[in-house]
Amino acid sequence: MLGKTANGLYWMFRYLERAENNARLIETGQRIALTRSGAPTDEWTPVMKTTGTDASFAEKYDAVTKESAIDWMLRDADNPSSVRSSIEAARQNARMVRTALTAEVWGAMNGCYIDVKGKLTRRVNERDLPNVLGLIRQRTALVRGATHGTMLRNDSYDFARIGTFLERADNTARILDTKYYVLLPTSAPVGSQLDNIQWETILRSVSGAAGFRAAYGQTIKPTEIVRFLILDKRMPRSLNFCCSKIRDNLGYLASEYGDKRKSHQMADDLCRRFMSHDVDSIFDYGLHEYIQDVVTALNALGHQIERDYRFFA
Amino acid sequence: MIEEISSVSMVVLMSDGRFFDEMWAGEDAARSPYAAFHDWITDEDPARLRAKQREAEEVFRLTGITFNVYGRKEAEERLIPFDIVPRVISGREWQKLSRGIEQRVVAINAFLHDIYHRQEILKAGRVPKEMIAGNEAFLPQMMGVMPPGGIYTHIVGIDLVRTGEDEFFVLEDNARTPSGVSYMLENRETMLRMFPELFAKQKVRNVSNYPLRLQKSLAESAPSGTSGDPTVALLTPGSFNSAYFEHSFLANNMGVELVEGHDLRVVDGRLCMRTTEGYKAIDVLYRRVDDDFLDPLNFRHDSTLGVPGIFDVYRSGAVTLANAPGTGISDDKAIYSYMPDIVEFYTGEKAILQNVPTWRCSDPDSLKYVLDNLEELVVKEVHGSGGYGMLVGPASSKKEIRDFRKKLEARPANYIAQPTLALSTVPIFTKQGLAPRHVDLRPFVLMSPKGIRITPGGLTRVAMKKGSLVVNSSQGGGTKDTWVLDD
Repeated sequence: MLGKTANGLYWMFRYLERAENNARLIETGQRIALTRSGAPTDEWTPVMKTTGTDASFAEKYDAVTKESAIDWMLRDADNPSSVRSSIEAARQNARMVRTALTAEVWGAMNGCYIDVKGKLTRRVNERDLPNVLGLIRQRTALVRGATHGTMLRNDSYDFARIGTFLERADNTARILDTKYYVLLPTSAPVGSQLDNIQWETILRSVSGAAGFRAAYGQTIKPTEIVRFLILDKRMPRSLNFCCSKIRDNLGYLASEYGDKRKSHQMADDLCRRFMSHDVDSIFDYGLHEYIQDVVTALNALGHQIERDYRFFA
Repeated sequence: MIEEISSVSMVVLMSDGRFFDEMWAGEDAARSPYAAFHDWITDEDPARLRAKQREAEEVFRLTGITFNVYGRKEAEERLIPFDIVPRVISGREWQKLSRGIEQRVVAINAFLHDIYHRQEILKAGRVPKEMIAGNEAFLPQMMGVMPPGGIYTHIVGIDLVRTGEDEFFVLEDNARTPSGVSYMLENRETMLRMFPELFAKQKVRNVSNYPLRLQKSLAESAPSGTSGDPTVALLTPGSFNSAYFEHSFLANNMGVELVEGHDLRVVDGRLCMRTTEGYKAIDVLYRRVDDDFLDPLNFRHDSTLGVPGIFDVYRSGAVTLANAPGTGISDDKAIYSYMPDIVEFYTGEKAILQNVPTWRCSDPDSLKYVLDNLEELVVKEVHGSGGYGMLVGPASSKKEIRDFRKKLEARPANYIAQPTLALSTVPIFTKQGLAPRHVDLRPFVLMSPKGIRITPGGLTRVAMKKGSLVVNSSQGGGTKDTWVLDD
């Protein structure tokens, strides 16, 4: 396989995942804004911080309003991570690696692009927002489904999966990083009203509210959120889950190509982190520092994979 | 003048008899190749057909069968209009055409070999020396270079037009990097999907094995030292090229890598591509990048699309380039006028396919004639393509002709002129019903040391605008499925 093709597959699926994650963040932000009681607070700046675009937003807008924030995250061409930009980038990468995709995957990706672009040509008003966000999640899920159902389990698939899980791990880590302070242990045994909302937000941002209740019961405890999102291998967006998938797919590449490269060692090291730490030791180490370490390790792993598999000349 | 005759379900607009129509033999009577289709369409409900036409467009859009139009930002990717009425050619008609095509392709290849070696045809005075020496399309670097297997033109598209029952003309030879074959294939897929019943009524010859035959033909053209299965790759200028869809389509269907210049590098005298497992040698490169851009060390220095040193690898015989560099000298519009001589010189036979009479404007007498008759003539740039920069006299305004006259007078050698041909028409399906439109035909020819393969049919391009004679997709032309009947 061409190094360029590996690069294209990796980024196609990273952007696809990013589009879906950002749609979910908008949905969560919108829901919190609608259900909150009391004085209006700024829910949107932390959301934009999570996507790493709060600074560029501030360059373009003087103040944060609900409308401008949603528009920025949903369809602003100046925001390279907006849903629209991400889907365009995913589709452009898909065009470049079309020879490595099945007709079904390409068709789903192109259909996703055409339909979502059609919905995002104009500013989306609040009434239509749930439908538009639903469509985005549906169409990106269709691409993922076609990938799962029709692609050979070879190196193409591995690079697609590695891109997906690196992006997803990065997203979960960023959500935790933006909100880590509300998860720190406090003296109060039961969280305040505000804490509960914050915790709910975190779980919704990773489509994990129902899963959390199923696994941990009705009472939300911050330590269990941390366990759920970092260590729990049942949770498909937890750091542990994502990193073990990356390691698995790198492992398949190693057996297909017959050699292990630097990135394999890095992925092993990353995964070991989640095996040897229980939640208390994470808090002992410092939640913020721990997450920062993971984000740095994920970045380094991504760069090493690019080098190991000759994404660029 | 257009007269209207109506049938039970389908309104039919007939052309006025100045042009040969390939479907109609007269009012309500079809020419024999169209008999089965005629029976079918006259019973069809136009509303259903309209729905089918929309369905076809939807399929094309979703599959991404688009082309990029240069110089138009908002319509970066556009669909080529597809018409559901097939263009039908009888087996007998095709037999004659394919004999003529084969003869022409053999002659073109022999001509190229001669021009880049002994130049017998120049010595014999059949083609003037200055037509070669002063020609931009002549590539001096190819002098004395023997392409692997002696093949220069692995892929050729011969543009044909029809003016009567037995009147076919070659409009131009495309021996550089002819495009359009993906439309031929997708058009057939679309027709099969939408109207399977039509293919049950009569036997239409298969085109869908083209990618496999292309792959085979390219592999057969590998350098003689190749061991094992040759590695073939397709070189594209990139995803912004107007034919990118076709490049990825062909690579995909051949099962070969689609590479860009930055994926390639010369390593130890071989052309190699950068894979996830290191650099891997390529034996045959089907390149859809023009000569000029192929190698910044040997040709245009500012090219970022090519591979430094690829031409040196080629010269050493370690890689096959398809088509060979320098083939443009054979499909040049000024050389075109010598094609009957060229065919005779190398094959010893009269050309089976006719040439359109051509005035070379470099010649003062011809120029005078052309300037005096601009209203009647089609004038084309010698090196132009895509229907850009041409004048169709009868369809142009006084001002357009005046402006063109200035360009022609300024650089006469840059132009040739031809009579405006009465191109045949085939109906298209419009809102009003069936209406005649002008068509041409580009059959695709594959050539390897093992032989010549011609796909039965080709790409029919159709001018969608009433009365228009320009069929190029860049100028609003559409396409049709082309059927060669197994009769």
